[in-house]
Amino acid sequence: MSILIFLDQADGHIKKSSFEAAAYGAAIALQMGTTAEAIVLGNGIDDLAAVGNYGVTKVHTVKNDALNHMDAQVFTKIIADAATAMGATVVVFSNNFNGKAIAPRLSVRLKAGLVSGAVALPETAAGFVVKKNVFSGKAFANVAINTAIKIITLNPNSFSVITSVATAEVTEFAATVDAAKVKVTNTNKTIGEVPLSEAKIVVSGGRGLKGPENWSLVTDLAKLLGAATACSRPVADIGWRPHHEHVGQTGLAIAPNLYFAIGISGAIQHLAGVNRSKTIVVINKDPEAPFFKAADYGIVGDAFEVMPKIIDAVKKLKGVA
Amino acid sequence: MKILVCISKTPDTTAKIAFADNNTKFAVDGVVWIINPFDEWYALVKAIELKEADPAAVIHLVTVGLADNDPIIRKALALGGDEAIRINADSHDSYYIASQIAAIAKDGKYDLIFTGKETIDYNGSSIGGMVAELLDLPFISLATKFTLEATSAIIIREIEGGEETDNVALPLVVSCQKGMAEQRIPNMKGIMGARSKPLKVVEPTAVEAFTSIASFDLPPAKAGVKLVNADNPEELVRLLHEVAKVI
Ligand SMILES: Cc1cc2nc3c(=O)[nH]c(=O)nc-3n(C[C@H](O)[C@H](O)[C@H](O)COP(=O)(O)OP(=O)(O)OC[C@H]3O[C@@H](n4cnc5c(N)ncnc54)[C@H](O)[C@@H]3O)c2cc1C
Repeated sequence: MSILIFLDQADGHIKKSSFEAAAYGAAIALQMGTTAEAIVLGNGIDDLAAVGNYGVTKVHTVKNDALNHMDAQVFTKIIADAATAMGATVVVFSNNFNGKAIAPRLSVRLKAGLVSGAVALPETAAGFVVKKNVFSGKAFANVAINTAIKIITLNPNSFSVITSVATAEVTEFAATVDAAKVKVTNTNKTIGEVPLSEAKIVVSGGRGLKGPENWSLVTDLAKLLGAATACSRPVADIGWRPHHEHVGQTGLAIAPNLYFAIGISGAIQHLAGVNRSKTIVVINKDPEAPFFKAADYGIVGDAFEVMPKIIDAVKKLKGVA
Repeated sequence: MKILVCISKTPDTTAKIAFADNNTKFAVDGVVWIINPFDEWYALVKAIELKEADPAAVIHLVTVGLADNDPIIRKALALGGDEAIRINADSHDSYYIASQIAAIAKDGKYDLIFTGKETIDYNGSSIGGMVAELLDLPFISLATKFTLEATSAIIIREIEGGEETDNVALPLVVSCQKGMAEQRIPNMKGIMGARSKPLKVVEPTAVEAFTSIASFDLPPAKAGVKLVNADNPEELVRLLHEVAKVI
């Protein structure tokens, strides 16, 4: 019996959301009196022994260039074989893009119940019940997994990671690597920007900013704070900002530590995707804007007057000239 | 070309979220139901676009639900699609639902199976991947663009901080999100035509669910907003740094 955590990597780096999954898996192991082990697929991955800092005792690697791109079928088979070989009773993923592709397949393959988008540790006193987001963050469901093996995907930024200095044993897992049916012909990444799905701070703009030419009010603040940028649906629909920045019920759901909303009314569909943020700041010139009801801090004022002053104050705070 | 589009019924985006029976059931009183937006706007419309480019293509819609799903599936048929199949079962377990869809898909020999990226009620994002594994097909999740070639598809999918272009031979399963297609409004001809399109009701196959919902909770209410004067935005920065400690 043990807990298996899938560590997702890109370009040799383990993703931030996977470290959260590792710490979460280690906490489940502690709760159930067992050990946490991890698996990582691909070649040339940085310091795996350091995954021990998150409570993982052993990291299984499958070093193969073919695994540097994720193919859900190939990955599922290897992870299933590893889980079976080590007798894993719980398998943990981040609920990120790759996690959403692999975990459902693994659920079928291992005949293991899946809870996707977990936000807390499971209740294991009687049964195995996992709290997850439902209704796009407007509620939680406590879902019982009734199978012998359990699979959980953890929502990014919803579990506080505690680290301590420890070294994980790194061993090679002898896997059969099938030929991928998916051929990756190109990957395109915006270098230097913080991915929205993993960001601790998100600065977001709405139609109140009047046009894309005014977006430096969002991007300047984001750069200063090391934040990702987001927008409301109409802003992406009109083409002021790219589609992947659209947050809300029909876009990406996020839960950063700080969500900074500028010129966004706070429609129910927008709130659904952002209301799990720990702190919400709203800048809106309309005191009746519904967003103020969901906010922690706010300024009723014109963004074009307020934002330059906020950016200056943050520059001062950060010691940037 | 045969395309299967998975359609789910969800509460309207403005529906009040409340629970009944000691917080074990979603309170459906007064709720208006819609086609899950990801299924309607992206999966279904993309299938319709493919049929517009190749009139010989056939689109089937499939839904798992009781008779109260019929208005939803008729609305989907008004947008497009040749016929619909409703599997007469009520379940919130992704494995149960995926198994029912896979049973239909196996007989139908589809070249493409489209789902939305997730449903806006249970947010599982699991059906597509499960159906693909049950049928041993490739699965591309969270696709933002889909172009059909002779015997394969070129698909762009979202990854952390960017996108990936994939080339995959048919048949395959794709979960669709923003970028795939543009929302459409059904026209009168579509609505009239939908009435006479076949809607087949089939009984479910016996499958054991893997999960069950024990209860629901609502998030704790916010304490209320602290407003800062617009003349003094510096105070907001101080509060975020010293009190909330988020910057
Ligand atoms: C089925 C469905 C799904 C949807 N899904 C989503 C979703 O996922 N995400 C989403 O965002 N929306 C979604 N919407 C749309 C949503 O209902 C709103 O229309 C949208 O969020 C409004 O965007 P906005 O706040 O940018 O624009 P508006 O509603 O136009 O609000 C602009 C705001 O800016 C303020 N403002 C104007 N000028 C200034 C200024 N100078 N300074 C400061 N403030 C100013 C105004 O007071 C106003 O509050 C959905 C709608 C439907 C029907």
